[in-house]
Amino acid sequence: MMKKWKWMFMAVAICSMLTVNVSAQDFPRGPLNFMNPFNPGGEVDIAARAMQPYLEKNLGVPLVINYLPGAGGALCWSKLAAAKPDGYTIGGFSIPHIILQPMFMKDVTFKTDDFVILSIVEYTPIGLAVKKDFQVNTVKEFIEYAKANPGKISCGGVGKFTGHHFATLQFMQLTGTKVNYVTFTGTSQVQTALMGGHIDAAFTNSTMMVSSKDQIKVLAIGAQQRMGQLPGVPTFEELGLKMYPRIARGAMGPKAIPADIQKRLEKTFLETTSKPEFKAKMEAAGFVPQVMGIADSHKFLEEEAKELKKLIQEFDLLSPAKK
Amino acid sequence: MDILTHIALGAQVVFQPINLLFCFLGVLMGTLVGVLPGLGPTAAIALLLPNTFHVAPVSAIIMLAGIYYGAMYGGSTTSILVNIPGEAASVITCLDGHQMALKGRAGPALGIAAFGSFIAGTVSVIGLMLVAPPLAKFALAFGPPEYFSLMLLGIILLIYLASGSILKALMMFVFGLLLSTIGMDAISGTQRLTFGILELSDGVGLIPAIMGLFGVAEVIANVEEEMKRSIISTKVKNLLPNLQDWRDSFWPIIRGSFLGFFIGILPGPAPVIAAFSSYAIEKKISKHPEKFGTGVIEGVAGPESANNAATGGAFIPLFTLGIPVNSVIAILLGAFMIHGIQPGPMIISKYPDLFWGTVMSMYLGNAMLLVLNLPLIGLWIQVLKVPYPILFPLILLFCLIGVFSLNYSQVEVALMIGFGVFGYLARKFQFEMAPLVLAIVIGPMMENNLRLSLVISQGSPMIFITHPISAVFIFVTLTLLISPFVPWISKRRKKLQEKVEGEEI
Repeated sequence: MMKKWKWMFMAVAICSMLTVNVSAQDFPRGPLNFMNPFNPGGEVDIAARAMQPYLEKNLGVPLVINYLPGAGGALCWSKLAAAKPDGYTIGGFSIPHIILQPMFMKDVTFKTDDFVILSIVEYTPIGLAVKKDFQVNTVKEFIEYAKANPGKISCGGVGKFTGHHFATLQFMQLTGTKVNYVTFTGTSQVQTALMGGHIDAAFTNSTMMVSSKDQIKVLAIGAQQRMGQLPGVPTFEELGLKMYPRIARGAMGPKAIPADIQKRLEKTFLETTSKPEFKAKMEAAGFVPQVMGIADSHKFLEEEAKELKKLIQEFDLLSPAKK
Repeated sequence: MDILTHIALGAQVVFQPINLLFCFLGVLMGTLVGVLPGLGPTAAIALLLPNTFHVAPVSAIIMLAGIYYGAMYGGSTTSILVNIPGEAASVITCLDGHQMALKGRAGPALGIAAFGSFIAGTVSVIGLMLVAPPLAKFALAFGPPEYFSLMLLGIILLIYLASGSILKALMMFVFGLLLSTIGMDAISGTQRLTFGILELSDGVGLIPAIMGLFGVAEVIANVEEEMKRSIISTKVKNLLPNLQDWRDSFWPIIRGSFLGFFIGILPGPAPVIAAFSSYAIEKKISKHPEKFGTGVIEGVAGPESANNAATGGAFIPLFTLGIPVNSVIAILLGAFMIHGIQPGPMIISKYPDLFWGTVMSMYLGNAMLLVLNLPLIGLWIQVLKVPYPILFPLILLFCLIGVFSLNYSQVEVALMIGFGVFGYLARKFQFEMAPLVLAIVIGPMMENNLRLSLVISQGSPMIFITHPISAVFIFVTLTLLISPFVPWISKRRKKLQEKVEGEEI
């Protein structure tokens, strides 16, 4: 009897030692957990599901996608920041959300530099769309209508202090209008609500505009040039509004993941995102695919943060009165 | 023909070997939990949900659905042979089924239960195929105010149809709503009632809650009761009902099928209500009502068909609106989310393989069940003889492992045990679990839709009345809430309650 216990104790001890000594050679040993900060069917989900088969093949283990939607992603990121930094728990992110939320949200327990960005996979320009039977057909008419009916247009977006919220604020500032911003937990919900005519308008992603362009009216897109998938849609710049709102996404993990495991994961993402068939798939869905490693991604993040801070000061966007 | 291509698509999905396997596993597990008293489909689905994380969503849903309707078959076996209902929907089958068994006619009773279930299952699957897709198109008309009012109506209906006291059901519902507010606020990101526990920031986990309420609590409650089992041990023969049996049961089966299907669409423990209603109707229109309870075959055929048809009907609100009508469907809704499927009006057009695959799997599953339940009846009789001192600790162990394996979180294990103890105590005081589980699931949805509605209307609650669809739901809800104060209705309800006395849902 005693002997049996001894063996069991040793087995447990050995097992626990094995888990402490993580190194890149034997990473990964089990399934990876990918935390998705938004609802199923949103952009993070579409991109993650498109990458999933390549990632699984590259790593040789399953990638399990878990959904933790809420608070514009803040809920998921608070959890991810506190996750065990062993490389087995990674998650999706959206820029600018992860920059803006720690600056403005009270109960958020993560900071932007709690994370290592493994790869930026794609971005989507944000555009303005209205429901099919809404009486305006152009941005100009939209502005006129908004001026005539201040605060009356219900305008959907995902979360507060997110790309959509920020685009709405920027639009209102530039045009001197006021709309009623309605917060959803994911773009798929915004899409259903706009198609069903339950909200008048939405600042939302290019992907959604591509997938439901026949059921809504797309007025403008926040890209530098017109998008291939939306040839008839003007950019905000063409219309005299200097705004280029976009959301960039990819995969990140807690900063304390060992460097060699970070490299291993980075390699996996780069090999996936540089595949031509993957790029083609993403473009067809309305994404702008990117191939970025850790260094490039952090550079992108810093530049975006600088740009955002400039905008915040310039427009005094987030002064208490305007929150 | 549109529907034929859809059926072909569904068949393509189902006849993949992996899906055949999952369908078989589902109905097998379903029959097993149906046969075993004290373990219902809710607990079984909750237990098996974590094991489906790594398979394709359609396979997972096929299996979980199989457990649901499979349990309806298994339940009748125990009712007929042991006079203990295998699960709640088969309570009424005990009355005539066991009497038939005592008269040496266990075979035809089991046979007609299985055939009736098969026919009803088929009817309800056809109904699901015909009704759900057109309804789904209509569902785009549902915005936040409509969703909120519909959910409110659903929950009030569930409470109204509760077998016990309305007040207690209401209390459980409100308690569930309270639990559902735990976690980070979905709009502002403020922490609510989390007390610094990170695991609680995304709310109380559904799986720990269900496993506690249905798994752990049921085991504790069953250990306490000493179940007397008088298994009919003589060999069951003549499973095929004779011509007279068929003549007697044909109309009860047809009536039960349609009745069950429509009751299934309504919120509440549909299979249970369907079975009771069918029995009541058969007794009322029978030429010899006095013989009911002495072993007439109509008393088995009708209810057994009705409870099976109800399972098909219950899928309609799930696939068209993403709204759960009972606790089993609520867990399936959770499964959708886990597998990356956003429930709602888009589900049939966006995931046709999922919808049609599941529907076709129900055809196939019903056929499999016929085989499982008739030629293999001897096997299930053996299962009934597994001693409880072995069975119950095993269930408890599965619950503990299952919940820990979700996130390797001790908090969730503690939560499950907490829910288990609470569930046991609540049961002792005749509180029902269904309103609580449903509130935990739809609480966040209700809150979100309520807030969205009010933001859209800029704070005016009139939005629920100015939207016509929503106004209808609100009106019906109010009517239901007032009706218990009308003496005539409350008297009738009490009568029904007495009939359903002592029922677990």
